[in-house]
Amino acid sequence: MNDLQPVLRLEGIVKTFPGVRALDGVSFDLRPGEVHALMGENGAGKSTLMKVLGGVLAPNAGQIYVAEKPVSMTNPQAAKALGVVFIHQELSLAGELSVAENIFLGELPLKSFGRVDWKKLYADTDKILKTLNVSFNARTRVGDLSIANQQMVEIGRALTVDPRAVIFDEPTASLTDAEKVVLFEVIADLQTRGVGIIYISHRMEEIFKITDRISVLRDGQYRGTLNTAETDEDKVTQLMIGRSLDLSRNVSHHEMGDIALEVRGLSCGHLFEDVSFNVRKGEVLGFYGLVGAGRTEIAETIFGLRTPSAGQILLNGQEVQINSPIEAIRLGIALVPEDRKDQGLVLGMNCKDNMTLPQIGRLTKGPFVSDRAELAIFDKYRDKLDIRTPGWRQSVGNLSGGNQQKIVIGKWLSMHPEVLIVDEPTRGIDVGSKSEIHNLIRDLAAQGFAVIVISSEMPEVLHVSDRIVAMFAGRVMREFTSEDVTEDNLIQAISGLTGDKAA
Amino acid sequence: MTVLTRQNLGSFLAKQGILIAFVLFMIGFAMVNQRFIAMDNISGVIRSSAILGVIAIGVTFVVIGGNLDLSVGSMMSFSTIVVLDLHDKIGPGLAIPAMFALTLLLGAFIGFLVGYLKLNSLIVTLGMLSAIHGLTLTWSGGKNMDIADKSGTWFSFFGQDRIMGIPVPILIFALLAAVLAMVLSRTSFGRKVYAVGGNGQAATFSGIPRARIVFMTYLISAFCVAVAGLLQASRSLGSQNTVGQGLELQVLAAVILGGASLLGGSGTVFKTVIGVLILGFIQNGLLLAGLDFYVQYMVTWAIIILAVWLDIAAKRGHLWSPIA
Amino acid sequence: MAMHNSKDMIKQGGIWVFILAELVFFSIAGHYWSVSNQAFMDPGNMLLLLKQSAPIGIIALGMTIIMINGNIDLSVGAIFALSAVVLLDSLSWPFMVALGDWALPLAWGFALLTGVTLGAINGLIVWKTGIDAFIVTLASMLGFRGLVFMYNGEQPTSNLNWTLVDFAEAQVLGLHTASWFLIGTVVVLWFVTTRTNHGRNAYAIGNNREAAVNAGIRVGPHFMWNFMLIGFLAALSAVVFYSESGSVNPNDGMLYELWAITAVVLGGTKLAGGYGSIIGTLGGVIAIQLLRKGLGHIGADTQTVNLVIGLILIAVLFLDRQLTRKGKEELKI
Repeated sequence: MNDLQPVLRLEGIVKTFPGVRALDGVSFDLRPGEVHALMGENGAGKSTLMKVLGGVLAPNAGQIYVAEKPVSMTNPQAAKALGVVFIHQELSLAGELSVAENIFLGELPLKSFGRVDWKKLYADTDKILKTLNVSFNARTRVGDLSIANQQMVEIGRALTVDPRAVIFDEPTASLTDAEKVVLFEVIADLQTRGVGIIYISHRMEEIFKITDRISVLRDGQYRGTLNTAETDEDKVTQLMIGRSLDLSRNVSHHEMGDIALEVRGLSCGHLFEDVSFNVRKGEVLGFYGLVGAGRTEIAETIFGLRTPSAGQILLNGQEVQINSPIEAIRLGIALVPEDRKDQGLVLGMNCKDNMTLPQIGRLTKGPFVSDRAELAIFDKYRDKLDIRTPGWRQSVGNLSGGNQQKIVIGKWLSMHPEVLIVDEPTRGIDVGSKSEIHNLIRDLAAQGFAVIVISSEMPEVLHVSDRIVAMFAGRVMREFTSEDVTEDNLIQAISGLTGDKAA
Repeated sequence: MTVLTRQNLGSFLAKQGILIAFVLFMIGFAMVNQRFIAMDNISGVIRSSAILGVIAIGVTFVVIGGNLDLSVGSMMSFSTIVVLDLHDKIGPGLAIPAMFALTLLLGAFIGFLVGYLKLNSLIVTLGMLSAIHGLTLTWSGGKNMDIADKSGTWFSFFGQDRIMGIPVPILIFALLAAVLAMVLSRTSFGRKVYAVGGNGQAATFSGIPRARIVFMTYLISAFCVAVAGLLQASRSLGSQNTVGQGLELQVLAAVILGGASLLGGSGTVFKTVIGVLILGFIQNGLLLAGLDFYVQYMVTWAIIILAVWLDIAAKRGHLWSPIA
Repeated sequence: MAMHNSKDMIKQGGIWVFILAELVFFSIAGHYWSVSNQAFMDPGNMLLLLKQSAPIGIIALGMTIIMINGNIDLSVGAIFALSAVVLLDSLSWPFMVALGDWALPLAWGFALLTGVTLGAINGLIVWKTGIDAFIVTLASMLGFRGLVFMYNGEQPTSNLNWTLVDFAEAQVLGLHTASWFLIGTVVVLWFVTTRTNHGRNAYAIGNNREAAVNAGIRVGPHFMWNFMLIGFLAALSAVVFYSESGSVNPNDGMLYELWAITAVVLGGTKLAGGYGSIIGTLGGVIAIQLLRKGLGHIGADTQTVNLVIGLILIAVLFLDRQLTRKGKEELKI
């Protein structure tokens, strides 16, 4: 296979934005029939590179070759016409339209007077759907499909041309294991047809399972290509971040206090059922499971954002009713939400205003807000959390992900909560800040806070937690202590392979 | 480096463009006609802008909170008709509080629908525009409303009298603007309005009672409408049922001109007042320049488009839209 | 999924059920309180209803495709008025007078061209500046109205042409000219929205603009075509209406945008875009006109109509929200 000419080759691609060199001489090649992983931290230049490949951005220098012919891709259609198609991470489908209309979006077959040739449209779509081996038909409304099936529609879109290269951007982010199997079958099928596949993902297991080669980007620079069979996770991580990330197991043992929060048999419709756990003062309780396992929903229920259908919540041994975030906050519960930009921050507001938002009603002198009281809080937590900002007037939208997250954490610490729930603490945060946030979480526990950490990253959960609750499909599968947990039994638990609730 | 400075200049011009254009306008008009900057003319313009201005201040709260209010014009007709009708029936001393109570009730109803039931504010206030118009016509029986004894009532005080030489409508406008500017910029309630409009979900996640805040913005808007209705009724002591028709869109124009985003989360009372005054002075200046009143419509059109365009161009860094 | 479909059925069929309820209600109520001794469901009455629906109806149909795009057009009332002024005024231009009856199609042409041009101005601004259509058309509502006043000050523009009146009052198969124009517009736009590339793209853009752009649909020109279309339809509406009345006041057409939007929303089109239908809007238009006539029929004051329609609009919104709710598990935000 290796002697075949590459289907796609990049040579010295440079892309600059004002003040940033997003891509700095990136070169790599994609062979027919191979799955080629592209890895790198957030901000390493992956998405810029893909935009260049997809014809969305024009490079400042460098050359793209398709089947060894130099080409220029001026727009997504040009790229597609050359057989280079892109399967977006965020589904870009029109939910009210049919499967067929979505697959041929922007290129519906036409008759005279701009009429759509429905017969041809449905026939062509059926042909594509047959190769994908799916259960829905061309006329189904896309909004009625599951996420996995919607992804199949996206893939179907790539097959309207005879693709040479298909780019998958984090395709498994929201798929169940069974759905992943189907996706991998489709990828294997494309492989046998000689299509080259670029596979972008953060998930090492998948990368090692399905790819042939791995190329790594760091800081906009190409760092090398490894044969998957001849490397391991450590080497890839080293290439990605330039050093090893300290994600050793949590071994610290400090004194723990009484149970701060206890949940008994909590259910919320079909989102999660019969969930019980507790967390002590000074303890970090990890929640691990796949996206959609119900972890975030549990947090939201405890925070008063959802109405439980059954079960009890006990705070310091007292049963409490929590109907809104206002009540949760009053009881000393704080939530650092999963989606920082939509739920954690008001991006148009400055750093200080965001940090004091939950207690703004208390920081008053007479009828007016006291600047002095606000700044006292801001200054205290800026120093304590080492938030790097030019000043309190800075709009939070202009801060890095790590500093944004610290603002959200500071916002809640300044309220002196008893229980702090942190959902995906390091999503979209660069490596350096990642370990800072991890250390912060450990520190908070040491100071006596009860902390719940929800994460989809196993190393992170293992690194910060004293105990780990494994969830699958809305149920608690098993609870681990840091002594009895292994990567294997944790994966088994969150895949639903063990029904054993007892540790 | 020079490029950077030019960019900064560009963004400065874009941000302050509306003020700069305003100043140029004033200078231009003043050169064409000296009367334009005469004290009595300026006072006249502010006085005739007072009604629009008072309503615009209230709508500013609604817009910053992330909603729209298209019912204010219709609601002002209602307030005006009601207070005029009740004036002769129960006397001005009772008519004014009764009118305020009824107008606030309407505001509370809208606030309930938009805040607590979370219905789309554009459609709700569109429906209320029609419904309140019907209510007004039902109240008045479709006839014009007039105070019987126009010379013998102290009710004319609000719209016609002066205190220390300053017309009362200007004083009320200024007082309301000052108080509500403080509420919006200095109180915790004001902060919450910005948070709810800037990112309602994040506000909820921070324990801010979003529904109640939205509800309050509509109450404030209704209160301002009631004040405007009082000014209108007191000035003319008689009114048609459609006195406020079309006002909602002029008000929105002023608020947008002041730089508030219709998406919520930005704007200030001061800027809205500037927006109102710009509209007022342009109207006046064009009239004094001997141009017909409709020219101001077209000038307003151009100014709104240019102001908003410059604003978003400065934010995205390109003059032209990226839409293919 | 079955649940979803039944909800969809309620949404799409709702307006017709509502019309049926109106018919039944006013027939029965009319039996007791009618101010005339004519039955409400009298065929002549119903045909008149269609004719009276036409001016707002034609505009509302155009508004549907604008709203499917996720845009809105607040300037239609002003476009309506200016097109009417051009129609009537152009008939008095010397060279037009010289043409005799041949001037009529030309006058129609001028009026329609006016509408298309004004729509193109809106569309071009939306496309090139990227300003939200709400603001653009809010401003041009003022600007276009200024043009109307520029034409003839506050004086009405009148020109009663009997050939035009005869044409407008003609009846074919029992239907008035205006009704035929309404029906014709429904058929054409139904065809466009359900059968053509342009129509399907309209849904795609309203549904997921990003995706449409990525798929190579040129959103800017698409918007512009639609604004030209609604400009054309506003002018067509004016042509149909003023051929008969022969006199236009500079304030005519005010609040038409609000009536049109009301009809579109009643017909089930979503404000956020991506969802809606021409047939639904036709239902919305008929429902409003039926309500006007019905309330008149049972002797209610005309002012009650405003009150009732306003409240119904809010009720529809409320019902729609209840139907799309996910139930108790929903996140309380």
